[in-house]
Amino acid sequence: MADVFKLQIVTPERVFYEGDAGMVELSTTEGDIGVYANHIPMTAIVAPGVLKIHESGGVKKAALHTGFIEVLPQHITIMAEVIEWPDEIDIKRAEEARIRAERRLKEHNAENDVLRAKLALRRALTRLSARQ
Amino acid sequence: MASMRDIKRRRDSIQSTEQITKAMKLVSTVKLQKSKNKAEASKPYFNLMYQTISSILKKSGGLDHKYLRPGTSQKKAVISITSNRGLAGGYNNNIVKLISGALPAGDTYVYAIGRKGRDGLARKGFEIRADYSEVINEPLYRDAADLTLELLDGFARGEIGEIYLAYTSFKNTVTHIPKLIKLLPVEMDVEEEDDKKAHALMTYEPEEEEVLNSIVPKYMSSLIYGALLEAVASENGARMTAMDNATSNAEEMIEALSLQYNRARQGAITQELTEIVAGANAIS
Repeated sequence: MADVFKLQIVTPERVFYEGDAGMVELSTTEGDIGVYANHIPMTAIVAPGVLKIHESGGVKKAALHTGFIEVLPQHITIMAEVIEWPDEIDIKRAEEARIRAERRLKEHNAENDVLRAKLALRRALTRLSARQ
Repeated sequence: MASMRDIKRRRDSIQSTEQITKAMKLVSTVKLQKSKNKAEASKPYFNLMYQTISSILKKSGGLDHKYLRPGTSQKKAVISITSNRGLAGGYNNNIVKLISGALPAGDTYVYAIGRKGRDGLARKGFEIRADYSEVINEPLYRDAADLTLELLDGFARGEIGEIYLAYTSFKNTVTHIPKLIKLLPVEMDVEEEDDKKAHALMTYEPEEEEVLNSIVPKYMSSLIYGALLEAVASENGARMTAMDNATSNAEEMIEALSLQYNRARQGAITQELTEIVAGANAIS
């Protein structure tokens, strides 16, 4: 594996992850990115998606919903407002949320908040794909 | 001198009060431990958030952003974080005093978290805009985020020009400092010298302005959330200290009353003896 960097993921409640990683993959508002060590300094805003941490021992997945990422050459910090490990996800609930959100999007009447339904769908899909 | 029965009744009542204060002290000690751990666990997030914000602002010195300049409105909003229950010494009163001393009652909306602060400020003539008192029992990050959205909405509509946060900061178990900080417009002392070089090259995706749009609300939420956790820890600390004082005062009083009671009893016995002896003398 190439060079490693320090990866730190913090949430308001706890330090979610701390360790050395070779690469992280995640979605930002500007598109999906993969970051190796020695990346140029960058700050980006996280879009809901699956976060993949490539460690020497394998790949760890997590469902990352909102937050932002600060990239320095040897140190990456993800400030996550909401993030979950796959085993913390209730798959049944996520599946239900997906179905409900899709239904709301289809019905599409004035009372329904389309934006909120879209976001809910996105969250549900993120959770489901992190679980797989 | 009070009668023996009165003294005894008084002593018993203080004794039962002491039992209550003792129990409350124990409860708040346990709660303090829990809330202290929680508050400490949230520190890294807040510290990193602060660093990021200040490095962005440092880099983009002259940036003219809507969150960096005061709103057009004269009105101020203040989030007051106090407790729902009393018996915590000056804990709640300090916040009320701090707010009413620093902000004009006529021009300030209060977003109350905690019933005691809400009532205290309402009495001083502040307008209570919203009441989230349930939050303080079990603060969630979600609550802080929701409150941030509501405040930013008011800020964007021009109803609020400045946003303040009043809470009790938790230094250690015995030291709690009431604090009033300005949330918006964001103000920071840009003096600190930390890894300037790295940040000087920072690129932003998307543009800095949009990054600020997205990060400032998160920054506010993290401040509010951190303040909530610290306030809960301070509340329990304050209650623990107050109850500790109450318990030792009760002990002191019980001691004094016991002495009085024993004196009174002795006096009564002596008097009875004197009467008997006098009676016996009179007969013989």
